[in-house]
Amino acid sequence: MHELAITQSMLDIVLGEAGKSGMDRVNRINLVVGELSGYVTDSIQFYFDFLAKDSIAEGAELCFILIEARARCRRCETDFKLPEFDWNCPQCGSGDIEITAGRELRVESIEAD
Amino acid sequence: MEVKVLKNILSANDRIAEKNRALLDENGVLALNIMASPGAGKTSIIMSTIKALNGEYGIGVIEGDIASSVDAEKVSREGIPAVQINTGGGCHLDANMISDSLPDLPLDKLDFIFIENVGNLICPASYALGDRRRIIIASIPEGDDKPIKYPIMFHDADLIVLNKVDLAPYVNFDRAAFRQAIKNLNDKTPIIEVSCTTGEGLDEWLTWLKAQKIK
Repeated sequence: MHELAITQSMLDIVLGEAGKSGMDRVNRINLVVGELSGYVTDSIQFYFDFLAKDSIAEGAELCFILIEARARCRRCETDFKLPEFDWNCPQCGSGDIEITAGRELRVESIEAD
Repeated sequence: MEVKVLKNILSANDRIAEKNRALLDENGVLALNIMASPGAGKTSIIMSTIKALNGEYGIGVIEGDIASSVDAEKVSREGIPAVQINTGGGCHLDANMISDSLPDLPLDKLDFIFIENVGNLICPASYALGDRRRIIIASIPEGDDKPIKYPIMFHDADLIVLNKVDLAPYVNFDRAAFRQAIKNLNDKTPIIEVSCTTGEGLDEWLTWLKAQKIK
């Protein structure tokens, strides 16, 4: 969903940071993508290959760090992996939970050789 | 050489949403992000609310659609300030669109702004607008499994309104299954059953709404 727009935003962040650090080439981009974020990494790669042409990030390797969905029960403080259907706390059964991981979408770091 | 970046890709939208929220807070306006599938009853609930409150509160509306101004016109005919956003293909509203709309509303005279998002149970969940309440309108004809199919949207809701309960005798809808599915995602979220056609349940919705007003 919206991979074209977010890939453009990602590239803007990368080129901005590369400029600030005085890089003349970006070889690798490390991206953190949470499993609940809804973004298809193959689509991000596809759009990146197109959008990064003629920039210093052209041909850079995209490395996706996938984060599994996790939650914390507000009642008993148990931290647990979020399954597909039932988001109740596996310890006390409460549905008062807070998603603690899995919604990320960020540029973690960039690398130049 | 590795340079740490640690930048959220949607941070541009989030920053604008924060500015929107600050402006609304300054003016004591509570914005509600109304989200649902097309046809579930977003406009209907807004219209029913406007008619029932009958000037008791200052209301403004921001309408989001791909095309047409049908909804904003309905609202304007009731004498309520309304702004129509046409996304021209965009499947959700974003903070920038709201930021552009707020200057066209008399914020100092409003208690509530209803932001009617584009009909879509997926994309709006990812885009903060500056609202303080997320309302999901579900409806009887859509079936009771929508919370299972769209977990993030239903988990994030501050209130779920189940509309078109007058149609319950004519379609398969397991209310207990629907309620359990929502409880499995977030057991704190209230569920209010309404029919915008018959008026059933609207009092309960209005009571909830009035309790949200920024003092």
